Amino acid sequence: MTTRLFRKLPDAHRDHDITLMVEGRPTRVKAGESAAAAALLAGIAATRTHPVSGAPRAPYCMMGVCFECLMVIDGTPSRQACLVPVREGMRIERQDAVRRLSADHGPS
Amino acid sequence: MTGQITGFDLVIIGAGPAGMAAAIAASRAGSAVLVLDEQATPGGQVHRGIEPRMADDLGIEPRMADGTALGRDDRDGAALVETFRASGAICWGDACVWQVERLAQNRLAVEGGFRICLSRHGIAHVITARQLILATGAIERPVPIVGWTLPGVMSVGAAQILLKTGGNVPASRTVIAGQGPLVLLYVTQLLKLGIKPSAILDTTPPGAFGRALRHLPGALPDVAQLARGLGFMAAIRKAGVPVIRGVGDLKALGQSHLEQVSYLAAGRWQSMPADLLLLHEGVVPHTHLAMSMGVAHRWDGHQLCWRPVLDDHAQTSVGGLRIAGDGGGIGGWRLAVIDGTRAGLAATRALGHAPDSAAAKTALRRKAARHVPLRRFLDAWYRPRDAVLCPADEVIVCRCETTTAGDVRAAVAAGCTGPNQVKTATRCGMGPCQGRECSLTLTMLVAQARKITAEAAGHLNIRPPLKPLTLGELASLSGQAATNA
Repeated sequence: MTTRLFRKLPDAHRDHDITLMVEGRPTRVKAGESAAAAALLAGIAATRTHPVSGAPRAPYCMMGVCFECLMVIDGTPSRQACLVPVREGMRIERQDAVRRLSADHGPS
Repeated sequence: MTGQITGFDLVIIGAGPAGMAAAIAASRAGSAVLVLDEQATPGGQVHRGIEPRMADDLGIEPRMADGTALGRDDRDGAALVETFRASGAICWGDACVWQVERLAQNRLAVEGGFRICLSRHGIAHVITARQLILATGAIERPVPIVGWTLPGVMSVGAAQILLKTGGNVPASRTVIAGQGPLVLLYVTQLLKLGIKPSAILDTTPPGAFGRALRHLPGALPDVAQLARGLGFMAAIRKAGVPVIRGVGDLKALGQSHLEQVSYLAAGRWQSMPADLLLLHEGVVPHTHLAMSMGVAHRWDGHQLCWRPVLDDHAQTSVGGLRIAGDGGGIGGWRLAVIDGTRAGLAATRALGHAPDSAAAKTALRRKAARHVPLRRFLDAWYRPRDAVLCPADEVIVCRCETTTAGDVRAAVAAGCTGPNQVKTATRCGMGPCQGRECSLTLTMLVAQARKITAEAAGHLNIRPPLKPLTLGELASLSGQAATNA
C-alpha cells in the first residue's frame, strides 16, 4: 500500500454514490465512474502484475487504449477496468501475472 | 435484438464532437442514423461524462469563481450534446466495436455498405450500414521514458478523465511533465479547484517557440484561443507553481511504484520526490479502426503521426467510408464539429437524402480553413523532442510485451525492414493493446535505424478483433449465423 494518488473533491454531493468492493474493502464512488477509477480511489498501487515480467502495473490512459488496467471484475479476469462502469456491490480485484487456478478465478 | 441484422442508412462510430455533428446533419436530412460509442454517454473524451456531470454535482461547480464548471468548452459541449440527443439519431453507449468490414456489392440487399460487429453488455450484435463515418477521435501520443510503466505514472488525459467523470483530483505529490494545451488547461482547472501540483516540468525544447513564430501571424485571427492560452500561463505563474523549462531526459524512478522523478535541465541532473507523474506530449489521430479496414494513410510531417488520406468531403480510399474530426488529423473539438457536419452532409448526399449544395460546402470549407494556422503554430511550438519520438535503447517501447527500443533497433540491424517484421521478431505490438501505445514509436524507430522516412517505414497491419471478446459474446451471434446460412 502506498500513498493514495487521487481523492474526491470535498464538495461532491453524495446523492448518486455507489458502494463497491475493491480487494474486499468497501469503496464509495459516483455513478458513471469506471472500475479503474474505483481502484485508484481505493488506493490500490498496482492493479495487476505483468504476465511477462511480473512487474506491478496500474492504469495509464483511462480511455481504453493502453490495456494496463486489466483486472478481475465480478470474477471475470482481463476486463478493461477503465471501460467498465461501476455498479453497486461490484467486486474489483487485482489481476496476477499468472492466473490463479483457484475456484475463484479458474478457467470455467 | 440479438440474432437480428439491423440495417441503418448511416452508422457513425464515435459520439464525440465530430460524430455528434455528423449525426445531427444527417438526421436533419432524414437519414436513419446509429451512433456507437465505447462510453456510456455521448461527448467524446473532450466532453467526457458531460451529461452526468451537468446533472449530478461532482463538487467541481461550487469551487469555480465564475460558476462555469470546467470552463466555456463544457457549456458549449453540453449544448452540442443536447442538440444531438434531440436530433433523432439513435445513440448506443457502452458499445465496443471489434470488427468492421465492407460488404460485397448487393449482398444483403444493400449496395455495398458495411457490416459492423460490436459487443454491448456482454452480447454481440451485427449491424449493417449503407454509409459509414469513423469519428474515433484522438489518443494521447505515447511518452516512452524510463519508468513510464511504473504505477504512479499516468497521462495528463487520464487524470483529467478522473476529474471530469468523478470530481477526482491528485491527492499527493504530483509532478506534471510534458507540453501542449492540455497541460496548461488541466493545471489551470486544478488551480481553480484549489489543487497545486509540486511542479511542471516543461519539455518544450529551447528555441521551439522561436521556430513556431513564423506561423503566428496566420494564427492571429484566432485571438480568442491564443488569449485563452496566455490566460492559463498567467494563472499558473500567479499561483506560484514551479515551472522548470527546457526539461530533457525525464526518468520515472522507483521500485514497485513511482518514488522520484529525475531530469536534465539547464545542463544539470536534478530530481524531486513524487507520488504521481502525469505525462503529455500532445495527441494523435486514433487510426486503429481505419487501418484495420485498409484505409490508406499518409505520414503527417507536421503532426508526426499517421493520418488517413481524405478528400474535401471526408471520403477515404474506401468507398462509402468517411472520417471526421481528430481521427482524420488533429484540429481540436471546434474544428471537429465543422468536420463532422461536412461528413454527415456528404453521407446524406451519397444516400440521396439531400441535394448537392455548393454554397453550403464552400461555407463549411471556409469555416474549417480558419482553424489551420493556429494548429500549425501549436504543432511547431509543441513538437516533441527527438528523444521522446525515438527513445534510448533502455526504454520500454511496447508496454504489453516489454519490448525496448534497443530490441527494436537490434531487430532492424538483423534485417527487419518494417514494423510488421519487427513485430514478428520481437513481439513489439503483439500484446493486448495491439500496438495502440507503441506503433508510432515503432515506425519512427525503424525509420531512424534505417535512415528512411516514416512514410517509407510504414505502419503495423491492424487486424480484427480490435478488442478482446469472450467466447460467450461470439456464441451469442450463433442464432444470426443460422439465419444467414
